[in-house]
Amino acid sequence: MFHELLIKDIRATTGFIERNFNLIKRYIGWEIVFMVYTIVNAVTIGLIGVTSGDPNKVVYLIIGALLWGFLSIIFHEVAESISWERWEGTIEFTFMAPARRITYLLGMSTYAVIYALIRSAIVLFFLSLFFEIKLTNINIPIAVLVVVVSSFSFIGMGLIAAVFPLLSPEKGSQATHIFQAIILLISGVYYPISVLPGWMQKLAIISPATYTLRAVRAAILDGKGLNELSGDIIILIILGIILIPIGLIIFSMGERYAKKVGKLNRNG
Amino acid sequence: MKTYAVLVDDVYKSFKSKSKKKKKKKKRLFLELFKQAQDRFYAVNGISFNIHYGEIFGILGQNGSGKSTLIRMISTLLTIEKGQIKVFGFDVKKDDHKVRQYINRVTVEASFFKKLSTTENLLYAASIYGLRRADAKKKIPEILGVLNLDITRLDEPLENFSRGMQQKVAIARAVLTSPSLLLLDEPTTGLDPKSKREVQKFILSICETHNTTVIITTHDMEEADKICDRIAIIDSGKFIKIDTPEGLKNAIRKNSEDVTLEDVFFKMTGKEFKSDELEDN
Repeated sequence: MFHELLIKDIRATTGFIERNFNLIKRYIGWEIVFMVYTIVNAVTIGLIGVTSGDPNKVVYLIIGALLWGFLSIIFHEVAESISWERWEGTIEFTFMAPARRITYLLGMSTYAVIYALIRSAIVLFFLSLFFEIKLTNINIPIAVLVVVVSSFSFIGMGLIAAVFPLLSPEKGSQATHIFQAIILLISGVYYPISVLPGWMQKLAIISPATYTLRAVRAAILDGKGLNELSGDIIILIILGIILIPIGLIIFSMGERYAKKVGKLNRNG
Repeated sequence: MKTYAVLVDDVYKSFKSKSKKKKKKKKRLFLELFKQAQDRFYAVNGISFNIHYGEIFGILGQNGSGKSTLIRMISTLLTIEKGQIKVFGFDVKKDDHKVRQYINRVTVEASFFKKLSTTENLLYAASIYGLRRADAKKKIPEILGVLNLDITRLDEPLENFSRGMQQKVAIARAVLTSPSLLLLDEPTTGLDPKSKREVQKFILSICETHNTTVIITTHDMEEADKICDRIAIIDSGKFIKIDTPEGLKNAIRKNSEDVTLEDVFFKMTGKEFKSDELEDN
């Protein structure tokens, strides 16, 4: 019985992932447009660093552009999964299927991580063509570990934000974008958070991106290891452990509310 | 105790009335809060019925009469305010996951990922219903063939298909998952007469071969007369009468005059039947 359920869950999870990649294939024109924009954006930011004459500044900014690209895609894809279903008019069909909601969200999150990895790898390739960077004291395994750990907290935040489009189709999607913009502002993506106004620095403490960027930069620029970065890594693990269940609970509450007031149908 | 395929017991569902919104703004807060509780309309207002295994049960009603709300509640997409709905003995509120394993629904608007092909859409549906990919790949051309769909176009995006063809794919998608209860919410609205006949024939054949229970809402009186075992007439969220097509006609027949279901509808609700394409609730 459990074995059968597990197989069905795996089929459903792969079904969600495959569906999203099929959609990318069908919207390939837009995919190329967004890719070009992301590459140009990352290169432009790197070139701002070149004007400072400090090679470390270039790396500092490139790490910001790459990591923000990776983490924001995870957040965006998970958060916008509901908006996408609403836009296509398939939300009732998907929600009426016997696939459990946790399976749906797992499928969306797995797809988001794979998609973000592919996009980030392409951006990294183009950045390597533009900038000749020599890093002598780099700790790649720790940088990768930090990125992997931080992915969970961004999935959690995406789950929390996914509830907005569930409650209000248009305003929900707008709220998701504002949420994403605030994380960009407060997390020190392109500058240290010390330059932010005092009250905003307090907000930065709750953003997982703050710890991710700080730890990855320390691993790549200063070659810091697990001992020195354990504080940031532990915070990221705790945030992931807290945010994913909170996201699932909030999503479940949002779905119950949507079913109560009749917000699931296409006109919502 | 007799088990029905579907048991609906004194079910209610109300929504906030949208038309009163502008007036509310002018009122003071406490009055507004009081009025909010009042400004609700009942889309489904105390409906009870049961459906036997393998039965085709039709629901006839005008736009806004509560047909789609009822279908949504049975398909676990809307929560019940009061009352109880059981599908094959499972409560739609408490055992919603279990209920979803037995049902599928076709709506008036064929809801697909329109940029994806027929095959991609149907394989996606198969995967989220837990079907084996190989089985689905085998069944897809078989079902579409019966529905007279051109199986050489399976890899084309669905947006290239006519509405009638999309609706046939929607029916194929529902049947692909072998539901024991098939909920058809105006499945033939907007189809040409030939496609309509093919779909009706298909519904009858799956009921016969798979003993599928069907609930169908329709605007087409002839269709209801032809395929339904029993029909319920719904008006303002209430069932006015449930009977066989012949029973409904006999109820208003005087002497041996010819009576249609349209006459029955007019007589029982006092309203002319309007067959608009879409319904909101």
